[in-house]
Amino acid sequence: MSGLAARLGFARTSTAVDQAGWGHSAFAAVICLIYFFPVLVIILTAFKEHADALAVPAKLFPTTLFGLIPERLAFTPTLDNFVNVFSRSYSAGSEAQGTGFARFFFNSIFIAGSSVVAALIIGTLAAFGFSRHPLKGNDTYLFMILSTRMLPAIVVIIPVMLLFRVTGLSGTYAGIILLYTAFNLPFAIWMMKSFFDELSPDVEDAARLDGSTDRRVFFKICLPQVIAGLAATAVFGLILTWNEFLFALLLTGVETRTVPVAMSQTIGGDIGVRWGLLAAIETLFLIPVMLVTFFLQNHLLRGVTFGTVKR
Amino acid sequence: MPVAIAALEPSLAFWVSFLAAGLVAMSAVVNAWGRYTGGLLVAPAIAVLVMMNIFPLLWSLGLSFFAYRADRQTMNFVGLRNYARALADPVVWDRLTTTALFVVLTVTAQMVVGFLLALLFSKQFPLRRYLLILVLTPMMLSFVAVGAFFRYYYDPTFGLVSQVASWFTDENFVLVSSTAGAVTAIVIADAWMWSPFVMLLVLAGLVSVPKHLYEAAAIDRVPKWRRFWFITFPYVKGLLMLALLFRTIEAFKLFDVVFILTDGGQRTETIALYVYRQAIQFNKTSESAALSYILLFTVIVLTNLYLYLANRRSTGVAE
Repeated sequence: MSGLAARLGFARTSTAVDQAGWGHSAFAAVICLIYFFPVLVIILTAFKEHADALAVPAKLFPTTLFGLIPERLAFTPTLDNFVNVFSRSYSAGSEAQGTGFARFFFNSIFIAGSSVVAALIIGTLAAFGFSRHPLKGNDTYLFMILSTRMLPAIVVIIPVMLLFRVTGLSGTYAGIILLYTAFNLPFAIWMMKSFFDELSPDVEDAARLDGSTDRRVFFKICLPQVIAGLAATAVFGLILTWNEFLFALLLTGVETRTVPVAMSQTIGGDIGVRWGLLAAIETLFLIPVMLVTFFLQNHLLRGVTFGTVKR
Repeated sequence: MPVAIAALEPSLAFWVSFLAAGLVAMSAVVNAWGRYTGGLLVAPAIAVLVMMNIFPLLWSLGLSFFAYRADRQTMNFVGLRNYARALADPVVWDRLTTTALFVVLTVTAQMVVGFLLALLFSKQFPLRRYLLILVLTPMMLSFVAVGAFFRYYYDPTFGLVSQVASWFTDENFVLVSSTAGAVTAIVIADAWMWSPFVMLLVLAGLVSVPKHLYEAAAIDRVPKWRRFWFITFPYVKGLLMLALLFRTIEAFKLFDVVFILTDGGQRTETIALYVYRQAIQFNKTSESAALSYILLFTVIVLTNLYLYLANRRSTGVAE
């Protein structure tokens, strides 16, 4: 993957930047750790018992490091929170019950995954169309598509709710997936179009002269060259839909509820928030999207620029 | 296929047929322009967008001219009265002011922090790949978790922020108890979450600067700040403007973090939260539709004004 990216000049991050001195490196590391600190606290809290999570002074170390760290700053890690995410007893002494979180995690993965894939397929086709077979008023279409992305969600939420209620899409997978697909489409189209525009048409022309059909040209020549674009689009679509809260809150039912909504319902009142539990949910929820981002990182820089930086 | 449709729930069957009909109609219309392939390729995308964005948008526009509540059946035409009422409402203006304040503060903070982070990452150093992911993580967190855990950090008794504050002051430190404090709290949380996005954009600009420009400047002994201003900055400017545009549009929609962190208390209710309350909690469907159209209009005017200014400036530079 990175070999392909380098060949196409996409992996500029590793080639075009200067080597930094030791001072810069150390400084960067410190700043990054400070920036990451709030996330680190969330992850640590996931391993704390309730009393430890509320301790003053805050217990920030999962171990005393053979007595190096004072006892009152260290806590004993526990996996209880992670178990409690999936099943716990709701009142003292009662049997542990399933919380439905396994289902919510499945929902999040299924809904975000399907809508990103759908947006990629539909968006790539449309982008290819816009790029290679321009319609009359091509730019007008493209601007209109982009402007749907500028809308405050709140403008469409009322009619979308009414629409979902009337058509019975409310609380179904189909409804929320369709909606998220529409969210991701403008970005997918703009992004993929900028990639298709940059491809050299010579190879395609040569293939056509040799008798290749349009379909063959698309699948065998164009598509393999825009893998970087597909990856970047997927990451951004995933980050957006993975954490989407407002529409999920209003349009998913008990069966199709996603993790962010379930998480907000776990918070409850001001007193008695189970921080450890909440942290465990978020930690589990963060892992998939973090992994995907890490593996597709090389394409991210180019992706975020919407193709505005020309090589 | 028709059998499969019949097996679905009636309402869903309606939708599947609607979608299919829409696709056929759409491609037929576009085909009439004589570009067979282009129309067919674009049709599915247009169909989804029309169904989920454009159609609700038009519906919402229609509703805003009626007196309608989602919990009742009556629907009376009232013309522009909903708009007049929204514009005359001092509460709406108050929420708009709050939103404007948040837009200015969060976007400024994000631009500054994002730019500084990008400068940090514009050089190659050990573990850069891993550290970059650490900095990007806030962007991947759920709004719900960010809101909740910033409440945890700000908590007057066990919150980390309060514990640090207690080293300096004996008083009980409650950040979100005043308007200024609550605004600061929200701005910090939101800026922390979205500065990495600005960083990515700026970084893309920074690494696109051709090296030979720096080498030439170094030979000519151009001072460092002048190098930055005349070589680096022009390459980053376009992307910085893009980041400004994206983040401003997003900041106008600021909802989730406020919803979880203060729930609009301490005069931090943004216009998005206000519209949400009017529409969902009080069922003032058509009034909130009118209000959201005012909001949409504001965003469109601001966006176009901004694009106009940005274009004029960039062509000015080119000349």
